[in-house]
Amino acid sequence: MTTDFTTVSVGRRSFVGWVIGGTTLVAAADLLPAPAHAVPGTPQPAEGYDLNDMLTEATMPTADLITVAVHEDGTASFELPRMEVGQGITTSTAMLIAEELELPLDKVRVTLADARPELLWNQLTGGSNTTISTYTPIRVAAAVAKGALLEAAAVQLGDTVASLVARGGVIQAPDGRSLTYGQLARAAASRTTRRVDVRLKDPAEFRVVGTGQRRVDALEAVTGRKQYATDLQVEGALPTMVCRAPTLNGTPRRLRNRSEVLAMPGVTDVALVDTGVAVRAETFGQCIDAVRAMHVDWADGPVAGLSDDDIVAELKAAEQPLPSLPDTPLARTLELDVLFYFRSNSAMDTNSAVADVRADRAEIWSGLKSPITAQQRIAEALGMSQDAVTVHVVQAGGSFGRRLFFDGALEAAKISQAMGKPVKLMWHRADDARVGRGHPMATSRVRAVVAGDQVLSFQQAHTSVETDFRHGLGELVTAMAADLPTGLGNLGFSETVFELTQEVPYDFGAVVQTLVETDDRFNTGSMRNIYSPDVRAAGELMVDQLAKAMKQDPYEFRRAQLRSDRVRAVLDKVADIGRWGRSMPAGTAQGIAIHKEYKGASACLIEIDCRPRQTERDIRDGVGGPRVTRVVFAIDAGLVVNPRGLEAQMQGGINDGIALALTSSLHLRDGHFLEASWDNYFYTRQWNTPPEVEVVVMPSDSGQPGGAGEAGVAATFAAVACAYARAVGEVPAYFPVNHRDPLRFRPKPVVPPIPQSPTNGLRKVY
Amino acid sequence: MPPQTFILNGRSVTVDVHDDVRVLWVLRDLLGVTGPKYGCGINVCKACTSHINGRAFNPCSVRVGDLAPTDEVTTIEGLPDTVGADLHPMQEAWLDRDVPQCGYCQPGQIMAAVALVRKVRRDGRSITDADLDGIRNICRCGTYTRIREAIAQGERRM
Repeated sequence: MTTDFTTVSVGRRSFVGWVIGGTTLVAAADLLPAPAHAVPGTPQPAEGYDLNDMLTEATMPTADLITVAVHEDGTASFELPRMEVGQGITTSTAMLIAEELELPLDKVRVTLADARPELLWNQLTGGSNTTISTYTPIRVAAAVAKGALLEAAAVQLGDTVASLVARGGVIQAPDGRSLTYGQLARAAASRTTRRVDVRLKDPAEFRVVGTGQRRVDALEAVTGRKQYATDLQVEGALPTMVCRAPTLNGTPRRLRNRSEVLAMPGVTDVALVDTGVAVRAETFGQCIDAVRAMHVDWADGPVAGLSDDDIVAELKAAEQPLPSLPDTPLARTLELDVLFYFRSNSAMDTNSAVADVRADRAEIWSGLKSPITAQQRIAEALGMSQDAVTVHVVQAGGSFGRRLFFDGALEAAKISQAMGKPVKLMWHRADDARVGRGHPMATSRVRAVVAGDQVLSFQQAHTSVETDFRHGLGELVTAMAADLPTGLGNLGFSETVFELTQEVPYDFGAVVQTLVETDDRFNTGSMRNIYSPDVRAAGELMVDQLAKAMKQDPYEFRRAQLRSDRVRAVLDKVADIGRWGRSMPAGTAQGIAIHKEYKGASACLIEIDCRPRQTERDIRDGVGGPRVTRVVFAIDAGLVVNPRGLEAQMQGGINDGIALALTSSLHLRDGHFLEASWDNYFYTRQWNTPPEVEVVVMPSDSGQPGGAGEAGVAATFAAVACAYARAVGEVPAYFPVNHRDPLRFRPKPVVPPIPQSPTNGLRKVY
Repeated sequence: MPPQTFILNGRSVTVDVHDDVRVLWVLRDLLGVTGPKYGCGINVCKACTSHINGRAFNPCSVRVGDLAPTDEVTTIEGLPDTVGADLHPMQEAWLDRDVPQCGYCQPGQIMAAVALVRKVRRDGRSITDADLDGIRNICRCGTYTRIREAIAQGERRM
């Protein structure tokens, strides 16, 4: 039995909060568990209780430590125990506070909290769960603060709270007298911590939530003032890079020319760590020179000598037999096997961290989505107690799942300890592409049994190289559980995440989706939208096959089979706006697909051009290939805090989906990945991006917010896959579709592991 | 080490560093000018795009010793001064379209966009879809749609 807390709390507006004792006004939310009720049995777990329910419940016991402070300058501040990587949560959080506190948005300052071990599970950023899990606690804390301000104003103005009006950071009495929040901040503070009842605003009265707002950090971003880990100026933290092995996860035995390297210009320190040989210098350029000059003896990594085909064979061997299907004379079975190659998270801002490790304490700055686990693991590695390690969470230049782990922070801490000096560690792009975490290779086998115009059963067996969930829920207890010997612990996490995210929202009779994972030798993690893009692409390709087998239109067939009105509404929307079924020239096609996850529903309509004039485009150091010429995407994300931010996330997810389908993958050859540059790993570029993109944010009656950060990927990937198959007249056996084409780049050497910077930049001025 | 002198955002600067250190590291590591970002170090991702004498260049691929004392380097930090305003029209367009997500590549995107408008004007024309397709700056958040809209808007106001 499980508690569907988030559903229960919809519409609930009365909560208990706290005014925390102190000299400034600090208000906190206290979320009592809602009454438990059983989720009715459904064919698939994700329908009744999904990953977001699990993540939200994990945050409940500590949600009361979420506090909003009001200051004498009239501003409110909030330290968000989450990580901003571009998904817009600092903006949406500021909007929630502005709404409930009745304060202008520009008076709300949201920063990222340091690692706070007392928050236990409540400091993990993942699963597009931030707004889902913090929507109520943050509003409660803000409402408590507003209540305290009103009470203080009532005393000073000699009136009753009920007759006062709070608006725009000012409290006004009926006679026109008023006080600002700044004037009231000190008086509203409480000497003791006291419990208060609050009533949240009726959503019908929302003035900020639901309106499109610009990102709160947009000005900093466009002026270059926004700071990432490598922009921080920490005393003595000089640039540091690592020379890595010629095979994936190989380890260093010996640096043969240590004194030669130490004598190079700018170089201050060299140290052997478990991941390679680190060098610290006056500039990163001198680090690059030093890494390239190193002569290192290496121990081979665990996949030395292996290539793509070896891992494909391994996956095939790990595939479990599919359960037998109903065998009646009238039934026939459709089969579809799809292979998905390795892909990279590849954020623009490479793995990086500043670390200052002293004999008895350490201080770390890095972009971290699981800072408590990071703090614990770093303390363990340094041989220190957890409270001796201070972990500052810095905004990062993208994540796409990468920053659920803390590879850069842990490595920087080890290097700083070995050198006895502060370091600013930055991974080279080549390191990031080859050694950085990514999406594991996987196969998806889909079998469907049809009789007449009915689908009797739908089975999908997903077999994957292991997806690493060893960050747990953000603290060591669950991280340890994921790290049990023989991978059993992590498998439990993988299975749980798979079960709680995957759903086939069609009336397809007996539906079974299963996951088998094998091989923990690769650097993987939850790449944006985890299993869903691959599972959905294979699934929707099969849906098109089913429609074809029944001689039905792909849109009409989906429409008739869908079990969810919300999904049907988004599907109808894209079919309508995208003019589904319009006449298209040969070699071009439309594709349509849906996805249901994150408490929401999405649909995508794609038009693709696979004619030679597109595919034979000559792109210097890049891939042209088929062009997605138009995208119509509809998203029902429930209650939307910031529609503008949601639209941005969908546009980004669309480009990810296109990349997964057409251009982006890593090639494993002889023990290492070939890709070492943005001109090797082909994420969507301007010449691939659709010239026409329309995102529709659906109106919703739901009082419950859904997730946004990952919701654009799966339906897009699936729609591109379907459109491509229709345009070329053949269902692809693997993705991305260009993976087995002749390489469009000359692989960079693995020794030295990183390329030298060119010197001809002045000849390329424009 | 030889003194290296060039003009940075309107002021002459002198740094003691070897000739072959790339300008990106001189800016970021020695001068603390961090608007130009590192994304690859091999003139591929274009996150460090800045201007030299008013035209786009990538400081990761230029030796500091190859700069002349009269060379004017403009980074995103100095862009508004080139129009004598708080923000350049291209930055205003970026704000209006709410282009950034993580924001990391955006200084380079804006500097590239400004240079592109100047380039097509020198050619006596305005920006086409083919010009937009030809922009090599990567945005891993996939903000390309809004970048295209913002460039069109910024071009009109430049």
